[in-house]
Amino acid sequence: MSRDYDYTIEAPIIEQNPSHSHINDAIARPLETKPTWKYYLALGISTSMLLFGVVCWGYTFYYGIGMWGNNQPIGWAFDIVNFVFWIGIGHAGTLISAILFLLRQRWRTGIARFAEAMTIFAVITAGLFPLFHVGRPWLAGYLFPLPNQHHLWINFTSPLIWDVFAVSTYLTVSFVFWYIGLIPDFAMLRDRTTNKFKKTIYSILSFGWRHSNRHWHHYEMLYLVLAGFATPLVLSVHTIVSFDFAVSILPGWHTTIFPPYFVAGAVFSGFGMVQNVLIIIRKVFDLEHIITIDTLEKMNKVILATGMMVGYAYAIEFFIAWYSGNQFESFVFINRALGNYAWAYWVMVSCNVVFTQLFWFKKIRRSIIPMFIIGVLVNVGMWFERFVIVVTTLSKDFLPTNWASYIPTLYDTGILIGSFGLFFTLVILFIRTMPVVSISEVKGVVEIFKKQH
Amino acid sequence: MEANSLKSNLYGVSAIFSDTKKIAEITHKVAELGYKNYDVHSSFPIHNLPKKMKLKWSPLGYIAFVLGISGAAFGLFLTWWTMSVDYPLIIGGKPWFSFPAFVPVLFELTVLLASVGTAIVMLFIIFKFPNPKHPLHDTEYMKRVSVDGFGIVIEAKDEKFDYEKIRSLFSEFGAEKIFDIYYSPEELNYKPKVFEPKFIVFLIFLVVLTAFIGYFVNNKLFYMPPFDFMLYQFRVNPQEESTLFADGFAMRPPVKGTVARGQSFYQFKGQPEEAAANLINPLLPTEQTLALGQKKFNTFCSPCHGWRGEGDSRLNQQFPNPPSLHTDKVRNWTDGRIYHIITEGQNIMPSYASQLSEEERWAIILYIRALQRSLNAKLEDVQ
Ligand code: HEC
Repeated sequence: MSRDYDYTIEAPIIEQNPSHSHINDAIARPLETKPTWKYYLALGISTSMLLFGVVCWGYTFYYGIGMWGNNQPIGWAFDIVNFVFWIGIGHAGTLISAILFLLRQRWRTGIARFAEAMTIFAVITAGLFPLFHVGRPWLAGYLFPLPNQHHLWINFTSPLIWDVFAVSTYLTVSFVFWYIGLIPDFAMLRDRTTNKFKKTIYSILSFGWRHSNRHWHHYEMLYLVLAGFATPLVLSVHTIVSFDFAVSILPGWHTTIFPPYFVAGAVFSGFGMVQNVLIIIRKVFDLEHIITIDTLEKMNKVILATGMMVGYAYAIEFFIAWYSGNQFESFVFINRALGNYAWAYWVMVSCNVVFTQLFWFKKIRRSIIPMFIIGVLVNVGMWFERFVIVVTTLSKDFLPTNWASYIPTLYDTGILIGSFGLFFTLVILFIRTMPVVSISEVKGVVEIFKKQH
Repeated sequence: MEANSLKSNLYGVSAIFSDTKKIAEITHKVAELGYKNYDVHSSFPIHNLPKKMKLKWSPLGYIAFVLGISGAAFGLFLTWWTMSVDYPLIIGGKPWFSFPAFVPVLFELTVLLASVGTAIVMLFIIFKFPNPKHPLHDTEYMKRVSVDGFGIVIEAKDEKFDYEKIRSLFSEFGAEKIFDIYYSPEELNYKPKVFEPKFIVFLIFLVVLTAFIGYFVNNKLFYMPPFDFMLYQFRVNPQEESTLFADGFAMRPPVKGTVARGQSFYQFKGQPEEAAANLINPLLPTEQTLALGQKKFNTFCSPCHGWRGEGDSRLNQQFPNPPSLHTDKVRNWTDGRIYHIITEGQNIMPSYASQLSEEERWAIILYIRALQRSLNAKLEDVQ
């Protein structure tokens, strides 16, 4: 939002100083032109993935979660791994839209809308996994404190219930935050379109917003309030997700470093995902001057920083395992690095800690292809991090007679692929139906820089 | 123009300015001149304008605070009442009211109520949205504003409204374009159409649909796989067949020559007279044993024998009425004789040995004795 700050001159966030009408045109173009074959190809691929996932999940729905590879002692596997992974992806969006807003980082304007949308889609995807995991999704209403004929209440002291509250609050608040940002843009589209059908839809969506400064006055306050609440919220969500593990008494899970470690990891993977998708969007829709290379470079710096936080957490876990002198704790960590799932551990370490070090070089930070590849690797690494935490820990617990290995079935893998399909389908539909960049914010920022020059 | 301006449906006069500086100047002037019902429009918020328009500090911050506190209070009440009052359970050795474990829920509810509530207050209470019928909508003016224009409107209802003066004021400050804005006649004559046939048909459709879905889900869907998983389980029910045993019965009789735990061996099988002579009621007629006897009698015996044992069955002739328990015969029987009938049955009366424990059988007999005495009460009983 444009506010008058005492700023030192910085590079323009939006290149070429576009006129206001140009901004409107550039951002509304994807909504007004017919999509190319490339768009349909992308949509086709992602919906096929989604369909595959739906079929695999259909089997699970009908026959139960016995279709999966989960078994004693590995009761949590892909379902929980994917849940944590997708929740983590969502965190970048809120970080960009709320925390960077409070920190007055104006470079966020070009990417905030998109990142917020990705938050919502990622949380929707994530939220499905607990439903799959309970096996009888139509009974999931019992996760909420609804009065029922059994006179029973949910257990408010359980981290799993905290999770229900955290994730549903996160989804709702992110949605409200995102939608409030969209209202002025919908109004702009409403005033712009000549198509009667579209006009009706945009009129409904914009609630009759009329760009009034009496409204902007409250609107900016609301935005500040929402950012203020979203910031602790986003920190709380992955903290609570980490409690699912940390509050248990399993060595490898029961550690106090989990909350900050999970939050850093979430931001890390989220930025990897946002960076990846933005690179594609700006190319396909000619938004290179609005989502600039400077913005991407800044994101890469965040990836580098959070990657090192994650690396620090890996190191500290090992240190504590040794320093605590607890033989179960030491065993778990030695087993992680050298045991039956050592390959997963080393995929995680190399992707998250080693490859991201390349971002120390300015050249790599600013060139598209290398950063794209590193972004992909970050997400591979972060997915394996959750796999290592959940599966390796469970596979060898206190009783050696209990030990077992986990082998995912077709249905496990299918649901994982389907979750990517769902996420990308939502993203692809979003780019064609809503403004991917916040028009009012970009205009505000352009106006500020006009005055500086 | 002149003629139009006098029309009653004039909403206001508006002007478009080309940059933020000009709009700031004219806003300053308009506020200075003391207009009240005016508004400035732009496609992004312009800093300093609220100050120029002399707008009050937005109350949304306080609203968020109050809502947040309410969210926390609600969360505290919910967790405390459910976990410590309504259905207290000890979980993980924590006290019933384990505040630290409730904090995450309190926090989430605080954030939820504060952020969603504040947004709702702003949109629907302060802005009175949705409002797609405002006269400014669909005007040339609005279209310019939403692209790159900065607009100001002074409404006709303002006390100081003077058509000519305002127009000249706007052009003096370098307005790019000046528009008159009217209420459309439809809008002025707009009436809500709740009783339109179309709407009523729609409502009826909704009712039928909801009823159908409700019926389908409760009576059909939940009896289809996989929703019926509770109805059909991998186990045998009473009276069912089972291939596990040679005789094909799922229910098994007790193994020969054994007595189940908690039961004792009845030694007077088929020997009522022996039972009458040898069995003695071990219970004394206390308030407790009589209450137990009454309860069990009413449950197990009264359907056939009637509430007072007079043989007035409630079974509507679906089963032959038993004789009264107040005959001389029964009154002169020993307790052991009646005990024998309860345990073994008599002719068409079945045995109650599997439903009633030994103590309960003796308690029933005490109650029958009490009934017999009360229905044949003598004068000295009252004295
Ligand atoms: C299903 C109905 C039914 C129930 C329930 C029932 N009875 Fe009977 N009872 C009868 C019938 C019928 C007779 C008469 C049997 C016969 O023809 O000798 C009878 C006979 C008796 C007699 C002998 C009366 C006589 O004059 O020979 C006694 C004592 C008796 N019942 C006690 C009980 C007690 C105590 C219970 C509760 C545990 C009980 N009954 C429950 C149907 C029932």
